[in-house]
Order: sequence, then structure tokens, then C-alpha cells
Amino acid sequence: MSLARFVARRIVVLVPTLFFVSVLIFSLQQLLPGDAALALAGEERDETAVAAIRARYHLDRPVVVQYAIWMGKVLRGDLGESLRSRLPVSELLASKLPVTLELAFASMLIALAIGIPAGVLSAARRGTVADLAANLVALSGLSVPHFWLGIMLILLFAVRLGWLPASGYVAPWENLGRNLTTILLPSIVLGTGVAGVMMRHTRGAMLQTLSADYVRTARAKSVPERLVILKHALRNALIPVITLGAIEFGRLLSGAVLTEQIFAIPGFGKLLVDGVFNRDYAVVQGVVLVSAGLYVLLNLLADVLYFVANPRLRG
Amino acid sequence: MRRWLRRPAALIASGVVAAFVAVALAAPHLAPYDPIATDFRAVRKAPSGAHVLGTDEVGRDVLSRVIWGARASLLAGVIPVALALTVSIPLGLLSGYAGGWIDGLIMRLTDAMLAIPFLIVAIALAAFLGPSLTNAMLAIGIAALPTFLRLARGTVLALKTEEYVEAARALGCSHVRIAGRHIFPNMVAPLLIQSSLTVAAAVIAEASLSFLGLGQQPPAPSWGSMLNAAQRYLSQAPWIALYPGLVIFSLVMALNVLGDALRDALDPRYG
Repeated sequence: MSLARFVARRIVVLVPTLFFVSVLIFSLQQLLPGDAALALAGEERDETAVAAIRARYHLDRPVVVQYAIWMGKVLRGDLGESLRSRLPVSELLASKLPVTLELAFASMLIALAIGIPAGVLSAARRGTVADLAANLVALSGLSVPHFWLGIMLILLFAVRLGWLPASGYVAPWENLGRNLTTILLPSIVLGTGVAGVMMRHTRGAMLQTLSADYVRTARAKSVPERLVILKHALRNALIPVITLGAIEFGRLLSGAVLTEQIFAIPGFGKLLVDGVFNRDYAVVQGVVLVSAGLYVLLNLLADVLYFVANPRLRG
Repeated sequence: MRRWLRRPAALIASGVVAAFVAVALAAPHLAPYDPIATDFRAVRKAPSGAHVLGTDEVGRDVLSRVIWGARASLLAGVIPVALALTVSIPLGLLSGYAGGWIDGLIMRLTDAMLAIPFLIVAIALAAFLGPSLTNAMLAIGIAALPTFLRLARGTVLALKTEEYVEAARALGCSHVRIAGRHIFPNMVAPLLIQSSLTVAAAVIAEASLSFLGLGQQPPAPSWGSMLNAAQRYLSQAPWIALYPGLVIFSLVMALNVLGDALRDALDPRYG
């Protein structure tokens, strides 16, 4: 199968998924207790304002019609308007997304830098103290509540030692140095959780490739052990790990919500939480929609990478 | 069971989880103070003989709140999983057994739910349902549902072609009897493994929602909401932040070890 055909086929499968995602996100609005127009009006309780909202969101029309109108707008990039700031939701999302993407990217770098070497080491030295220690650290990374780890790191590095700022964010184009210091702690917090998952999967994949015939052959040819591990085993073990990286991105987006809250980083997650507390439902729906879209795209990317990296699938 | 006893980590983890359950059950007898009683003469006092883990920003005893908080956390760990199981077993059986358009519809919905990151689903649902511990548990249960549904259906698909199922069908057993007597008992092991790992995730999710103010409402104690208040007094009273986090960490770690051990013991592919 050619790459183009593979990608086209995957995209066709995505259409129904995306349709159901949109239905789910639209249905969130139906969960609002009581009269949705009253809930959307927030503090403005006079009747003309509520009537205006009811007309504007077509709340007097059947649900199916409401969905069609909403979906039509979403497809044209119109995600509604924030009740709080009166700005278009799409504009808000576009301004916050790069911040979260930078955070996610930095966290992923940390996760890969820790997770893959730790996984390789623990597979190569299976059953030793190093293996046990790496497993224990990975398990801790998976079990620690990240927002608490963030608070503890702030306590240590900002409050006690004063080495890093406790919170805030500086854009990279304003001051790159300050940007890196503000993003460092949050990336460590987010990266450690994913590092644990990466380590476990790398270890599992390495154990499998290390027992493969071609590795035995390489050893029989007396290829140095370092090369056997890094070139023969790791290269093949990395294929499933690549896929996992894209899927773990969803965990990063979830984690970013709390991490941004703790470090006061004005990103996607903070937009979601502020939207929740301001009862700014269009913003909440917008964030959920875009995070689902990103996640679906990354999964597609992972499938494509997997296809490209694995010659056996191309036949 | 013998393999279980040979794993010291699993044994210790079982003990830790059992201890948490015991503490949650015996909270009224164990807590030295009323967990919601404020005392403005003892605000933000460091750990001492009178208050072993110190007091919080309104003078409540941190140890008593940690002990009572175990109830919210354990409930929020177990109830969402029970909810996800109750919905996913019949739906998974239906989807996997019936196939066709029913299966297609259920699976596309599952894919769509899986496309939205776990905590983001839970936060959005809790936001639209309104903040309370009950709604947080409902939200976590719904967010966990697609993983269970997909697992249940996958297991049914694999079991459907087993010879003993074919044999039961050849003997003229009804669909309900085949599903209930022949397929369901074999779904228990994979669902049990998934449940134990999801309880751990649900405990963290409840703490996260409560931390954001979307779960347990003040003044009722929950480990997550304790951390929310603690962040504001980090430099003056770090103990308010330290202990709730440590207990979440210990409980989740024990649950994860238990989940891994269960998987090793029950899943022939591991171990």
C-alpha cells in the first residue's frame, strides 16, 4: 500500500469519529441544569437579555436544528463569543494555544530524555539494582499527583532556594532566557509522568527485541554489546515508542490544565479552568473541541510515522 | 494466590490499601479533632504535640482532615469504576456479541470519547453538571467508560470464536445464556486488571477536580481541596501542602503496584 493511500484511508475513518466528537461536545450544553438561556446569561437576569440569548443561540428551536446551526458555525471557524471578554473564542484559543504547545513540547523533550535511556538501561541490565531503581522511579512518576509535585517544586526551588520564579510566563520572543526559566519547572512536572510511561514501554519493547533472532545473530558475529543494544535492538524497539509519544500527548494536554493553574501560565488549560469558573460555556466547548482535534491529528501522525518507520507494513 | 505471596511489593501494597480503607471506615474514631471545626487561636500552627501535622489557614487540624479526606478519595476511586463497569459490561457484550450496526455505533461513540483527553472530559462534565463530589464521580466514571467499553468488547470478540462457545451454541444454548454463562466469566480477569489501575487514576482525578474546586466542596475535607488552599500559604505553612499530597502519592502508588501485580498474576502474556 502506498503512503498516500494509507493516509487517505485513515482520514476517511476519522470522519465519523470527528462527527461523534462534535455531537458529544454539543451535548455538553444539554447538561446545564434548568434553563440553558438563564445559565448562559450568567449575572444578567433581566428578561430582555435572557430573551436575546435565547434567540441568539436558537434555544427555542429543536435540538437537532440547534446542532446543525452550531456545527455550521464551527465548520466556518466560528466558535462563538466569550461571555466574559466578549472576544471570539477562536481568537482566544489561537492566542493561548502556542503557550501550551511550547509547554507540551518541552515536557515531551524531558520525558524522552529521561524515559528512553532509563528504559534501555533497565532492559539491558534486567534484574539488577539499576533495573529495580529505574522501575521504582517510573512507578513514582506515574503515581505522583502532578499538581502536588508542582507545588513541592515551587516550595523547594522558588520559595526556599530562590533559583527559579514561582509562577508566571514570559513569551520566548520577549525574552528567551526568562521564557526558559519560567517554563522549566512546569515542564519537569509534566515531563516526569510521561517519562514513567515511556520508560516502561521502552523497557518492554527492548526486552522483546533483545530476545529476537537478529540480535542473537549480531551477538554471534561478536558485534560489540553497545552496538547490539543501540543499533540493532533500540532502533526496532523505538517504533512502538514513537506511536506512544503521540498518544501520550493527550496526557500532556490533560496535565497542562492543572500545571498551568499552579504556575499561572496563561495557556490552554488556564483558559479552560477560567472558562469553567466564569461559566463561559462557549470557551469550555472551544477548548474541548480543539484538544480533541489536536489529539485526533496526533494519532493520525503517529499512525503515519508507524507506517513510514515499519517497512513490513508497506509490502 | 501463591504467586501473589511471592511478590513482597504486592503484599506491602495490599497492606497499604487495606490500611487506607480501615482509616476511612474508622475516621470518626481515629481523628483527634472535628475535621471542619475552625479555631482562630490556632491558625497555621506548625506540627506539634497538640496538632501532629499542624493546622490549616482557619485553624483546622490537618491530621483529622487527612483522615476524613480518605473517605472522599476512596469513594471517588471506587464509585466511578463501578459505574464504568456497570455500563460497559452489558454494552460491551451487546456490541461484541451482536456486531453489525449496533457495534459500529457503540464503537464510533467510544472512539469519539477517547479522542478527548481524560481529565478534560471530566473537567468539562463537572463544569456543566455543577461542582459537587457526586458530579465529580459521575464525570470521572463517564471519562473512564470508553476504555472499559473497548476492553469489554475486545474480550467478547476474542471469546466469541472459542471452541467452548461454539460448542454451547451447537448445543442450542440461548444468546443470553451464552453471554452470561460462557462469555462473561472470562471477561472478569481483564476487567479486574483495568479496574485496579483505573481506581488509581480516579483517585488522582478526584484530587485534581477538588483541587480546581470542581469536586468536594468546602468545608468538607478532601485531599485535593486541601492542596488548593495550601498553595496560597506555601511560604508560611508548607505542612498544609505536604501531607495531603504524600497520602495521595502513597495510596496511588500502592494501587498501581497492586494493578501491576494483578496483571502479572492474571494475564498470561505478562509475568
